[in-house]
Amino acid sequence: MSDSPAIAHGAPADAHLEHPSYLRHHFNSVEQQADTTNFAMWLFLLTEIMFFGGLFTAYLIYRNWYYPAFVAGSHQLNVVWGTLNTVVLIGSSFTMAMGVWCAETRRRRGLVLCLTLTCILGLCFLGIKTVEYREKFEMHHVPGQHYSLQSFLDPQSNPAVFAEYHDKPLALDMARHTEIYFSLYFALTGMHALHMIIGIGILVFMIFRAQAGAYTAGHVTFVENFGYYWHFVDLVWIYLFALLYLISRHQ
Amino acid sequence: MSEQAQHLESEHPVEHEHHVVNPSVYVVIFFALLVGTALTVWASFIDLGPWNPVIALAIATGKATLVVLYFMHVKYSSKLTKLTIGAGIFTFLALISMTLSDYISRAWGRW
Repeated sequence: MSDSPAIAHGAPADAHLEHPSYLRHHFNSVEQQADTTNFAMWLFLLTEIMFFGGLFTAYLIYRNWYYPAFVAGSHQLNVVWGTLNTVVLIGSSFTMAMGVWCAETRRRRGLVLCLTLTCILGLCFLGIKTVEYREKFEMHHVPGQHYSLQSFLDPQSNPAVFAEYHDKPLALDMARHTEIYFSLYFALTGMHALHMIIGIGILVFMIFRAQAGAYTAGHVTFVENFGYYWHFVDLVWIYLFALLYLISRHQ
Repeated sequence: MSEQAQHLESEHPVEHEHHVVNPSVYVVIFFALLVGTALTVWASFIDLGPWNPVIALAIATGKATLVVLYFMHVKYSSKLTKLTIGAGIFTFLALISMTLSDYISRAWGRW
């Protein structure tokens, strides 16, 4: 393995011209270039794990501290929307994986179709998230000046949630800590949604490039690495869904 | 060809060959992830006391493993990539468990 350029092999001087146009000159081979790029992508994803990991840790610690507030806060989320979004996101991961296969096997139209489906499913996810956020605004569950403790001091004021969980009223000081739950809820789902928005932007760019045949001529690294990013975003949601929606239903 | 160039040539096979994953694998993983989602939602409707979070996180970790191994091609990737990811996850878990053990073992409000 080496850091020396391809022409160092003692080959004729013009041999380095006979390589695919996408092979950069500081790599020995297409395989080495792909290895290096995938490795770099994984290093980036590891920093992303640390980033979301910090938020997850904050969530776990505060949940331990203000347990009743976090349970009551979690009861305000709708499991049906959360499940639907999980299914949508898993579907988009599947279409993305199929897109990578289309690129590898040089199917231009299949790739464009897969990328478009991934993009549409990503937008569906954000649409459902908007419905959920909208409800939080209407209920005054968004941290800040207009935050309302009513749902926690008087659970019966919200009949739909009360019918499902029969929450007891919280004491005022504990009820105040529900604001921390919703701060972390918006920080976590908001950062996740931001990753989705960036991903959708790159997807639109890739759809145009794919139509021009950019990824179906043997150079699939970009599609592959974007796929890793997209699956990573899916992976974060798998944990968010469990931590925010599911683990506090019976407490 | 000089000796050094020959040496370089012999080390070439270290490079990783690009593996194309069959679409049937993706289909199987897709359905496994859907089953996992159904399972974790179903489990959340049953009152298992302290085991609810444990089961939810165990299923989430199972789903995440499938995504990483198959959708993200780690099963077919080079040893370098596998080692790097393993080291990253280990560091992540070490940081989380050290932080949590500190918070759990302190006598809060009694100093």
